[in-house]
Amino acid sequence: MAQAAAVTTTHDHGHDGGHDHAVPYTSTGISMWKVGFWVFLGSETLFFGTLISAYMVYKHESVVGPYSSELLDIPITSISTFVLLMSSLAMVLALDALQHQTRKKAVIYTLLTAGLGCVFLGFQAFEFTHFFHEGLTLQKNLFGSTFFVLTGFHGAHVSIGVMWLLILAVDIMRGRTGPKESLRLEIAGLYWHFVDIVWIAIFTLIYLIK
Amino acid sequence: MLLIQAARAAAQVEYPQTTFQPVTEYGVLLNWLFMNTFWWTMSILVLVVGLTLAIAIRFRERPGDARPKAIHGHTGLELAWTILPALIVIAITIPTVKVVLQTQQKPPADALTIDVIGHQWWWEFRYPEYGVVTANQLWVPTGRPIHLSMHSADVIHSFWIPRFGGKRDVNPVPRSREGERDKRNHLQFTVKDTGSFMGQCAEFCGDSHALMMVSAMAVTPEYFKQWAAKMKPAMAQAVPVDPNATSVVQASNPINLAMPAPTGIGSPVRAEIPDSVWAAEGKKIFLGAQCIACHTIAGTSAAGVLGPSLTNFGLRPTVGAGVASSSLENVERWIHHPRSMKPGALMPGTMKGIDGGAAPTGLSDAQVHAVARYLKSLK
Amino acid sequence: MATIAAHVPSTSHPGAKKKKSLVWDLMTTVDHKKIGIMYGVTALFFMLVGGLEATLIRIQLSKPENTFLSAETYNSLFTMHGTTMVFMVGMPIAVALFNYIVPLQIGARDVAFPRLNALSYWIFLIGALFMNSSWFFGAAPNGGWFGYANLTEKLYTPGLNTDFWALGLQALGAASIMGAVNFITTIINMRCPGMKLMRMPLFTWMAFITSFLIATALPVFAVALFMITFDRWWGTNFFQTMAGGDPMVWQHIFWMFGHPEVYILILPAFGIVSEIIPTFSRKPLFGYAVMVYSASLIGLIGWGVWAHHMFATGMGPIADAFFTISTMIIAIPTGVKIFNWMATMFGGSIRFTTAMLFAVGMVIEFTIGGVSGVMHATSPHDLQQTDTYFVVAHFHYVLIGGLIFSIFGSLYYWFPKFTGKMMNETIGKAQFWIFVIGFNLTFMPQHWIGLLGMPRRTFTYSAELNLGGLNMMSTVGVLFQAVSVLLLIANIIYSLKRGAAAGPNPWGAATLEWATESPPVEHNFNRLPHVHTREPLWLEAAEIEDAARGTPDPYIHMPPSSYWPLLTAFGVVLTVALFMTGIWWAPLVGMTWITIGAINWAYEPTH
Repeated sequence: MAQAAAVTTTHDHGHDGGHDHAVPYTSTGISMWKVGFWVFLGSETLFFGTLISAYMVYKHESVVGPYSSELLDIPITSISTFVLLMSSLAMVLALDALQHQTRKKAVIYTLLTAGLGCVFLGFQAFEFTHFFHEGLTLQKNLFGSTFFVLTGFHGAHVSIGVMWLLILAVDIMRGRTGPKESLRLEIAGLYWHFVDIVWIAIFTLIYLIK
Repeated sequence: MLLIQAARAAAQVEYPQTTFQPVTEYGVLLNWLFMNTFWWTMSILVLVVGLTLAIAIRFRERPGDARPKAIHGHTGLELAWTILPALIVIAITIPTVKVVLQTQQKPPADALTIDVIGHQWWWEFRYPEYGVVTANQLWVPTGRPIHLSMHSADVIHSFWIPRFGGKRDVNPVPRSREGERDKRNHLQFTVKDTGSFMGQCAEFCGDSHALMMVSAMAVTPEYFKQWAAKMKPAMAQAVPVDPNATSVVQASNPINLAMPAPTGIGSPVRAEIPDSVWAAEGKKIFLGAQCIACHTIAGTSAAGVLGPSLTNFGLRPTVGAGVASSSLENVERWIHHPRSMKPGALMPGTMKGIDGGAAPTGLSDAQVHAVARYLKSLK
Repeated sequence: MATIAAHVPSTSHPGAKKKKSLVWDLMTTVDHKKIGIMYGVTALFFMLVGGLEATLIRIQLSKPENTFLSAETYNSLFTMHGTTMVFMVGMPIAVALFNYIVPLQIGARDVAFPRLNALSYWIFLIGALFMNSSWFFGAAPNGGWFGYANLTEKLYTPGLNTDFWALGLQALGAASIMGAVNFITTIINMRCPGMKLMRMPLFTWMAFITSFLIATALPVFAVALFMITFDRWWGTNFFQTMAGGDPMVWQHIFWMFGHPEVYILILPAFGIVSEIIPTFSRKPLFGYAVMVYSASLIGLIGWGVWAHHMFATGMGPIADAFFTISTMIIAIPTGVKIFNWMATMFGGSIRFTTAMLFAVGMVIEFTIGGVSGVMHATSPHDLQQTDTYFVVAHFHYVLIGGLIFSIFGSLYYWFPKFTGKMMNETIGKAQFWIFVIGFNLTFMPQHWIGLLGMPRRTFTYSAELNLGGLNMMSTVGVLFQAVSVLLLIANIIYSLKRGAAAGPNPWGAATLEWATESPPVEHNFNRLPHVHTREPLWLEAAEIEDAARGTPDPYIHMPPSSYWPLLTAFGVVLTVALFMTGIWWAPLVGMTWITIGAINWAYEPTH
């Protein structure tokens, strides 16, 4: 009995010892933010899953053209997909740089990630305007509705990610986010990789499968 | 008419929309299935309630009770009350799945196919075999398999005449590249007894969902043939009208609103004018007014398809898809101000601004009276 | 107890030493207990709103061809009654209890993300007020609580009614998802030492599973709401049949969310009953592990039964058969739970407090709802039952008999913990019996009303149907229920003023929340307890109570209060409200507001 109490006490002191930067006690040893963010991404998966399902259900149901088979351009989208994949690589390098290397490198890689994200968004803007000139709008047919809403939500996610990364880049530059606070960049990274994976799913299911 | 009334009387039951007294083999089958489930689940309910109350009374706290023994579980018991419900569930599921498959087969070749089209808030029935179109009152012969092929012209409705058996949603059919996709819904049954039966829309479909009634007349095959023959001229002479072509307001021959009432109409001697005069006058007004933009009457130039067909309207027991009995007063009231009887109704009334859909007809009280008598005379 | 309490610092962060007004305190609090209370009070308020709507509905239906309400008003009333009771009462009242009880039951000092928790609450409150404000614009939602497309398309319902509904629910859904993320993280990560998953109280387990269902089902609904909103405002074609859109897609998406939603509402009730019955039987819960597994199984199978809401839609025999079977299967783990509760009572020494009466009442009433559920699952005959008052009777037996009975029970059970005062048992028992009578009088006749041919959602019915008597009976029942709810409120007010002092553990219960003061101090536990059993206060009371109320840790960090949650929540609802102006850039104002809120939030010091 007394032993148990003693264990409790030391346990508490070990984890809630009053140092500002101590990792708060968690049952699993994994940071709160990471667990919470994983759950959030799980929720997001269902969100995109439903949007993709809606696209698939309506795939062949458009009454008037232009139809998906006439517009979707695999070669160009392959390039933008590659760009987004590379941004994930840059993301990994940025986190590694922040944790183990120099601040300058971390800033460069973070900006590179955001920059590649912007390039991807540029491709998307190009694609949207191109489709628009071909006569595809939100209202035109089911392909327009499902395609623009799905890729639009994805694009919005990428844009939020870019902003997030830019803010973090400034933060790292100013030294407010250092190796000790690398969790912030790690969470942003989780988000970035998730958005990337969603794109892989979209690319495969919407572009590659006829 | 006598025959109809006799049939109606024979079908009188305490609850006209009861599910417990089906008149089709389909409804009987569903009720048999329900009883199977009912008794199984009731025995479970009695067991649970009985045991819970017994335990509650037997083990209530008594003064001087020692602390009860802590029991954390018992694998055997857990297994028992998993397997027992599982067995009951199997006893319910097997006949259920059988009936699912049995009631959703392809209709037999000799079935009478009737197209059911749901509208806000009325029913359209088309008999392709007889070239007949009618509204709100479904006529079926007894003894012959009936196959309802159903879709909606606007929102989702649900066709339900409880004594004929289960309901089925009446869905709008999505357009597709190749025309309409075959997404119609089907119901099939054979009516055993003659009589008049009530039902109503069972899927919420907007303002007047509660007033979207349907009645069914089940008659002998011979009588059904006579009825169909009477209804038939409709299609022979009907001029197809494209509902999208012109605005609903524009009738081919706009009525002169200042038109004087025919001799005697509006005077105190109304009652002395014979029916035939009223009907003739009403017909003239009806065909001259915008009524024909939406309504069809067999054998006349009225061939609109937006509203219910009024062919043989005089046979229908109700007006406005069941909102009221089709007494002369109610028909007049309906023509005068439909929304007072059916919120949201699309048909225009006689006055400005109080009814929806299209511009008011501007008919005078006397003209309304004439049209009502004309409609009542159609039988 | 009092002497120990005196040694405990009331709070340990510097900000709180200044005297703050109560309103400012509530507006900026991040304390899970205060947020829990606010959630609960708000949900009870909306229960009165929804109850008033129900009463008006029942007055209209008390006799055939009644003209008390117009069709338009009636349609808005039943839509808002359903929407209110599901999204503004059922879910938040469970979240209120999760908030207050779960951290206490797992030995934590707060939830994982206290400010996010406040944000959830404020979005819920402002969003719910936003949706209800539609009454004042004469545009209360009127498409039914499941808002079936294509009736909800602009072509058929041109007013703002459906927009209030879709956009309001979008906000409420976002709040629910945030709450779920928070609880899942809390339960995974903030259990005190020794609190293994399989030692968690059943209520916490149900909160855990419910949160998973919320986090996965609500985003599905969000997509459906986006689709209908875009259809209405931007002319997309998701449910426009002219362009090939299929209203069935709405139904499938809606019920893919909607069926898990049913378990979101009922699993917390299972949790509550699984706490109350062992406490008052003075026996541990029978078959704890089976209870956990069966609930997990229900949560899982709950994703595979959605189309049993759609048997009448014409899915074809194969789909009908599949969903018949899956629905039948889910009845098994539910039945197992009922038998386990009975076995828990068996051999016990049962104290029939009001809380226990409600719990036992729940077991019986919920079983009635379960039985009619199996009748629905008999899919061919469901074609006679669905969209009639038989369904209305069924789901009220499940949701009132299951959820509301448990919620009332939980109030009597945990009120002493919330306030330090006991609730009056005499009023409580009167309230229970009046409620039992009123509830059954209202909903039992509706089984017959449905099978005798009255569809639901009809503002009037023909006198020919001969159902006036049964409907009048049902209406009279509502008056009993109203009296009962007013008695509950009177009891709460009376007990707050005059209730006997409760002490930490008035019921002699076994779980951790009863080790703390009543009401608990801000940091809940003076030292984090270390548990070794499932019934710590029965088996290791001395150490646990000493940890909870003994000498406190020298340094306890509690998060400081913040006004950013409230401000950000306002931005969220502002965004959806501005969307309704139809000006394309207007929502961007709200989004900018949210962004500013989020950035300030992120850089707000929490130490």
